[in-house]
Amino acid sequence: MAQHSAINYKELILNGIVKENTIFKLALSLCPAIAVTSGLKNGVLMGFAVLFVQVMVNSTISLMRKFIHPRIRLPIFMLVISGWVTVTDMSMAAAFPDVYKQMGLYIQLIVAFASILARAEMFASKNKIAPSMADGIGMGIGFLFALTVISFFREILGKGALWGFPIINAKPLLIMILPAGGFLAVGILMAFFNWIDAKYLKGRSSHH
Amino acid sequence: MNLDFTKLFELIIASSLINNFVFTRFLGLCIFFGVSKKMETAVGMSITFTAVMMISAAVIWFIFNYVMVPLDITFLKIIVFIGIVAGLVQASDTIMRKMAPGLYYKLGIYLALISTNCIILAVPLISAGEKYNFIETLAFGLGSGIGFALALIIMASIREKLELADVPAPFRGLPMAFVITGLIALAFTGFSGLITL
Repeated sequence: MAQHSAINYKELILNGIVKENTIFKLALSLCPAIAVTSGLKNGVLMGFAVLFVQVMVNSTISLMRKFIHPRIRLPIFMLVISGWVTVTDMSMAAAFPDVYKQMGLYIQLIVAFASILARAEMFASKNKIAPSMADGIGMGIGFLFALTVISFFREILGKGALWGFPIINAKPLLIMILPAGGFLAVGILMAFFNWIDAKYLKGRSSHH
Repeated sequence: MNLDFTKLFELIIASSLINNFVFTRFLGLCIFFGVSKKMETAVGMSITFTAVMMISAAVIWFIFNYVMVPLDITFLKIIVFIGIVAGLVQASDTIMRKMAPGLYYKLGIYLALISTNCIILAVPLISAGEKYNFIETLAFGLGSGIGFALALIIMASIREKLELADVPAPFRGLPMAFVITGLIALAFTGFSGLITL
């Protein structure tokens, strides 16, 4: 088909970051967004883990799409996802043992991410490998971006530090690193993005 | 097998209140925000969830300890566990439709949602990591189910009232639900230190 050359990769990637941001717009895969974001380092590493899994799953499914019988597609998707999650899990455990000790469980639970399964089902199983990878990169970066923003605010307010280095010399707001602070931070940031959306991007976003 | 009832009781209390999955471990949030809009669905989900949780924890415990540990394939636990959960949910869906159609029409829709819930996978992963015995795994599963039910019911009752409240436009819907969850979570931190395991 001639239309395939017209695929706009920039649009595809931006779609995952802005219009369909997993956390702020679709409100999916929220568990790690709160669980691992009490520090910037953990948040960024988790974001990269998800980015990797999303891209690899999308490419694998896209390559296999002609051989998967539609009736058994969901079990096959789950198998592919859990395979890549196991790879990520073991690499993280080997490369970052100290971080892994805190968030190992959440890495293993990437397998239950609705967003990864949804992209495999909605996009990768119907498209060629290059657009699928672009879609995976967009969704993954969107997730990474959300985790970075949340953990940036939580660490700087809750510990007065960034990436473990102290930068603000004042009494920190302890609540921000408590579980409750995670919910508050996500709620307020979500409202902030809604506000920006309503004020500056009116009409441009087709979502909602 | 010698049973230590104090330990079991502590395990149930700890997993339902102190380490409540929703408020302190942040798991199962997608379903938590999805079904907590109405009391009726919240109750239906809680019942189905607790039942599936205990059955799957029990089945996975047997397979983990009698198949995977002897064969030395514990590194495959993510793949195997998710396979068992998905299969089990599918099976209970079919069995319920044949054996109890009335119950199926009430609770069947929640079954499909459950297979994408991280708590149902987290319970066996944690109990495998902590090397709980069979009874302890059951108690842990029950406690986690009760904890999730408690969270859902508290949230549903607040959100039903919230329908009438005048919330600023950007906060409407999910953002407000998050802020409320944050406040409940703050209240739940009061339980920490109730029991030291």
